[in-house]
Amino acid sequence: MTVRDIQAILKAAVLNADEELLQNEVHTACGSDMMSDVLAFVKDQSVLLTGLVNPQVVRTAEMMDMVCIVFVRGKRPDPSIVELARERGIAVLSTPYRMFTACGLLYENGLKGGCTI
Amino acid sequence: MPQTIHFQYIVPGDDFTRAGEASSSVKKALKKIGIHPEAIRKVAIAMYEGEINMVIHAHGGVIDVDISPDEIRMVLTDHGPGIENIELAMQEGWSTAPDDVRSLGFGAGMGLPNMKKYTDDMTVESTLGQGTIVRMTVLCH
Repeated sequence: MTVRDIQAILKAAVLNADEELLQNEVHTACGSDMMSDVLAFVKDQSVLLTGLVNPQVVRTAEMMDMVCIVFVRGKRPDPSIVELARERGIAVLSTPYRMFTACGLLYENGLKGGCTI
Repeated sequence: MPQTIHFQYIVPGDDFTRAGEASSSVKKALKKIGIHPEAIRKVAIAMYEGEINMVIHAHGGVIDVDISPDEIRMVLTDHGPGIENIELAMQEGWSTAPDDVRSLGFGAGMGLPNMKKYTDDMTVESTLGQGTIVRMTVLCH
């Protein structure tokens, strides 16, 4: 699926509207408010769903080569955070869904967690 | 590329919003030089964790990065309070970070273990009341 598909599935607002970023292909995602865990356990996930709103969310996504951040529960980050993401080629979405539901909807539509146990 | 390229970054202390700028800058430089993406990711994550640690625990510090065709070396030096028990600090989940840091998404006790996980070699020297030096190496191949 593409970032644009995520936007449609999650009825999300696009906060940095760059069509090129919305065309990025994504295969796996992770949901977390703890950036330490994202850095520790995530591998090759390209979408981050989070309820945490601060610049370190963008930094974390940047270090992990992610292409999309979805803020859940309708959270809207400060414009400087959105701009930081745009500079780094990361699409920023805001969905009204809560974390569990947002993750579930994406999973149901074929996006996987990318982890094996 | 020349044998070794050196970068030095001053990490400002207690400015959480700017934490990660040095790591971001190194990541960009490594990409430009053409270092293998997997090595870039390892350097970026390890250095970012170190940078966050510096801001959270040590009022900032200095990061020296040496890039050669074979390896990337990072030396993180701070004059913070030091680490009382390095062995404990290396355990996953062990943290002295205050609650306000946890509310920012860090302080889960994954910083140092993560740095070790993503590097090919890592040593920590620390003296209480004087500071900490973390040396990390990531091989390029």
